[in-house]
Amino acid sequence: MTFLGKLVPAPLLSAALFALWLALARSTSVGQVVLGLGLALAVPLLTSALRLTNVRVRRPLVVVRFILRVGYDVLLSNFEVAWDVVRWRWRRPRSKFVIVPLDLRDPLGLAALSMVTTVVPGTVWSELALDRRALLLHVWNVGDEGAFVARFKARYEEPLREIFE
Amino acid sequence: MNQLPLWVEAAVAALLVLSGLFVVISAFGFLRLPDFFLRMHPPALAYTFGSWCVTLASILYFSMIESQLVLHPWLIIITLSITVPVTTLLLARVALFRRRAAGAADTPPPLTLRRDS
Repeated sequence: MTFLGKLVPAPLLSAALFALWLALARSTSVGQVVLGLGLALAVPLLTSALRLTNVRVRRPLVVVRFILRVGYDVLLSNFEVAWDVVRWRWRRPRSKFVIVPLDLRDPLGLAALSMVTTVVPGTVWSELALDRRALLLHVWNVGDEGAFVARFKARYEEPLREIFE
Repeated sequence: MNQLPLWVEAAVAALLVLSGLFVVISAFGFLRLPDFFLRMHPPALAYTFGSWCVTLASILYFSMIESQLVLHPWLIIITLSITVPVTTLLLARVALFRRRAAGAADTPPPLTLRRDS
């Protein structure tokens, strides 16, 4: 490993911390830049024991498309769940547990998938099998379980595999 | 303080009211739904669409007031979506564990037992 690689073991994390610091401070004065650089260098070194694997994000275009898609799904799901809550007394959604067989193995990809499922109001990440082969989701409203699983895998799991694996 | 154009004030007000509406629905659902896992769904309304509307409103308002683009409220959306899953996952796992220990009928068995499905 080169000297630079030892000094900055996680370049993405360092860049994100630096940008976060400047955005929070809302200034690019010398003092803030020095503080931000200090943070960006120190935090990744101090937390290196917490990072299991190095982040390698491939296909940035897929990342952008994936974020937009999740944002869109969150919006739709928000309106769906809100409407179902309002008319709860008259019509109940078909909520149940659904088991999704997983092909995604990368821990970071799974972490991203768990973020997606919690942020979308219609799904709750409930349990991951110890061997990471299946995922238990609680879904707000499912008609056809097979169609839901196929859509979930194509819409979220496939792009995450492209990005992380 | 400079006067804001009417459409900005209207848009900010609409976003804030929309956000409040979603938070109320979220709280109502949390209160009234009969089952723990059903109750996990409505709070997501508050921390996604509810907080998004407030964030957009504050970006719009302060960008117009300071007549420059103010983008750091985006950090609210980003940090919320990173931190919320931690507590949600823990709550869901605890609920599953307790229900299985109590022998609840509508709870699926642990996933690892069905290894060769």
